[in-house]
Amino acid sequence: MTSKTLIPRREFLSASGVLTGLLAVGSPLALLAPSRAWALELKALSSSDGATLMAVARTLAPHDKLDDAAYALVIQSVDADAAKNPQVLAMLHEGIQRLGPGFATAPESTRVQELKALESSDFFRTLRTSTLGVLYATPLAYAYFGYEGEAFSKGGYLLRGFNDLHWLPEVPPADSGPVPGA
Amino acid sequence: MAQISHDDSSAVVIIGSGAGGGTLAHELTRRGIKVVLLEAGARQSLESFSQVPGDAFAQLTWLEPRTFSGTSTVGIDYPTLPSWTCKTVGGTTVHWTGATPRIRPWEVKSRTTYGEIKGASLIDWPVEYSELEHYYGIAEKRMVVTRRNGNPGLPASNHFKVMYNGARRIGYKRVHTNYMAINTRPADGRGLCIQQGFCVQGCKTGAKWSTLYTEIPRAEATGNLDLRIQCRAARIEHGENGLVTGVVYRDPQGQEQRQKARIVCVACNSVETARLLLLSESARFPKGLANSSDQVGRNYSCHTGGFVWGLFDKPIHFWRGTTLAGIVEDETKHDPSRGFAGGYHLELAALDLPSLPLAGLPSTMWGRDLAFVLEHYRNMAGIFINGEDMPRATNRITLNPKVKDAFGLPVANIHNDDHENNAAMRAHAQRQSKALYEAVGAIRVVASRQTPATHNMCTARMSKDPADGVANAHGQSHDIANLFISDGSAMSTPGSANPTLTIVALALRQAEYIAAQMNAHAI
Repeated sequence: MTSKTLIPRREFLSASGVLTGLLAVGSPLALLAPSRAWALELKALSSSDGATLMAVARTLAPHDKLDDAAYALVIQSVDADAAKNPQVLAMLHEGIQRLGPGFATAPESTRVQELKALESSDFFRTLRTSTLGVLYATPLAYAYFGYEGEAFSKGGYLLRGFNDLHWLPEVPPADSGPVPGA
Repeated sequence: MAQISHDDSSAVVIIGSGAGGGTLAHELTRRGIKVVLLEAGARQSLESFSQVPGDAFAQLTWLEPRTFSGTSTVGIDYPTLPSWTCKTVGGTTVHWTGATPRIRPWEVKSRTTYGEIKGASLIDWPVEYSELEHYYGIAEKRMVVTRRNGNPGLPASNHFKVMYNGARRIGYKRVHTNYMAINTRPADGRGLCIQQGFCVQGCKTGAKWSTLYTEIPRAEATGNLDLRIQCRAARIEHGENGLVTGVVYRDPQGQEQRQKARIVCVACNSVETARLLLLSESARFPKGLANSSDQVGRNYSCHTGGFVWGLFDKPIHFWRGTTLAGIVEDETKHDPSRGFAGGYHLELAALDLPSLPLAGLPSTMWGRDLAFVLEHYRNMAGIFINGEDMPRATNRITLNPKVKDAFGLPVANIHNDDHENNAAMRAHAQRQSKALYEAVGAIRVVASRQTPATHNMCTARMSKDPADGVANAHGQSHDIANLFISDGSAMSTPGSANPTLTIVALALRQAEYIAAQMNAHAI
């Protein structure tokens, strides 16, 4: 996420809808963003659509301590698809309508039940693919799950812990191989 | 680099620049034979490989539509990507993981060894194993394979330590860091593996063998290669005598071009190879080229498998290190007491974080269950099951007239019904993998279902009897003497080994045959 997508609230003018939130204290993003408050404008979806889809994303991939901002990027991606394709927008509206206005604030067990009933729908499949496809590719998720990403520029892991596991016995040389430079 | 005119009918035209086509191009050009190499994709380099997983995937993958039918769960879990192949110079040798085990002796005699299996279309290979072994030896030297020819193995990663200790504790004996076409030390003008774990995104040190930066530039250096990138073959043409005369293709601007040829070699990866032969139908060959046996596209084989993930309460950081540098060979045997014919390899496999949930877990998994797995991302270990797929005549590539590509040509439909032998083998491999991880303290073990194949094979297979297949023991089509199958499509059966080494070995062998036939003016 760049500061471009995290715009101060007062800069909103004509967005169709808006998602807002506060970065958690200690969030890796809080160090980079101008303020802990974030807001994200939606082009095709309303604020209430956005809130329902946020709840869908959080139900599909519930990581309690992962910032809302990461989930908001999922909704931003879904919104961008809907802005480009009226059929996608109609499909999203239909799904949101089926879930009903209380979905976003319902307890998790209810949300799970309601989504289970939609499991074979295009709406569910699209949201599942978007949530999983976008959420875990965000820098917030990399930091949260400990994934280190691109390593070539740092010389790979040859000298940075590819073999630093010590809770199991070492592999005998015949079944392993020489560590270059070691 | 050579510039061969469109009217030059003395050239060999190879379609596809991967393990088969790229190797064949080098082998022919170094013997003084002019080659036009058509590649549908663009040319990347060590510098241009993206290290953002999603971008790298888009940079290298064949993303044009394919459709799917059949009972395999691939159609449910991966409806838009029923097979995972490349569209780039170097083909799947750009995204492959470098694992190079050999097919085993009994696997080239599977029909004889396994006997009659209901619903299967097994045949014995028309190639003797001793002959295959000879070319394996040459291929392993060429590709600098670890654990062969005195090359050391790759060093054990954290991830492999987990596999190794688990495997040994449940009694496995043949467990090591795999046979890999990945440099442990600089060799062949290429760098060494720095254990970065970005194997499928394109190897930025060139430690992993790929035709992109070995065979193809060497072929270019002979002055006999005319490589044409972003050129998509549309059909192969033939003359009145029934021999092929050239290839119609679309150039990078989308314009139709026609390249004359003395010989045409098809190496487009099994799905597209079958599609191109079928698209090349004519009044004389109404079922498509080389298809008098009606075997083109049939016997479509992958490898039986999928992922098994072990979750632990201690860190592993499995993304650090060569992705597939680990193997258990003990289950690679034919032992019907296990409840199935043929065998499988267990291979080390990690996935980057963005790819894991969509590529590595079943689509039925979401909510707290999914979150639990991902919350253990630091503490995960992975196995990729690579087992012999049971070929079926009804598992096949056909043309889907309802879905067209950008040029208006019908796309390939992949039909795949899982054979019960596969189901039994997969279940066995999943049980063994679970036991392996539990032996070293896994708190939970999770399996994917069948994943989209990057190992696509046997759709234009070599057969002794022309009625059983498409090509003879040299990949030369039974019907048309100057039309060759030069990729994994030609494999008679899939075996249980990752196929690239076998494809390279067959291409080396085919090049000798083509050169000899040309010298003798037989073709």
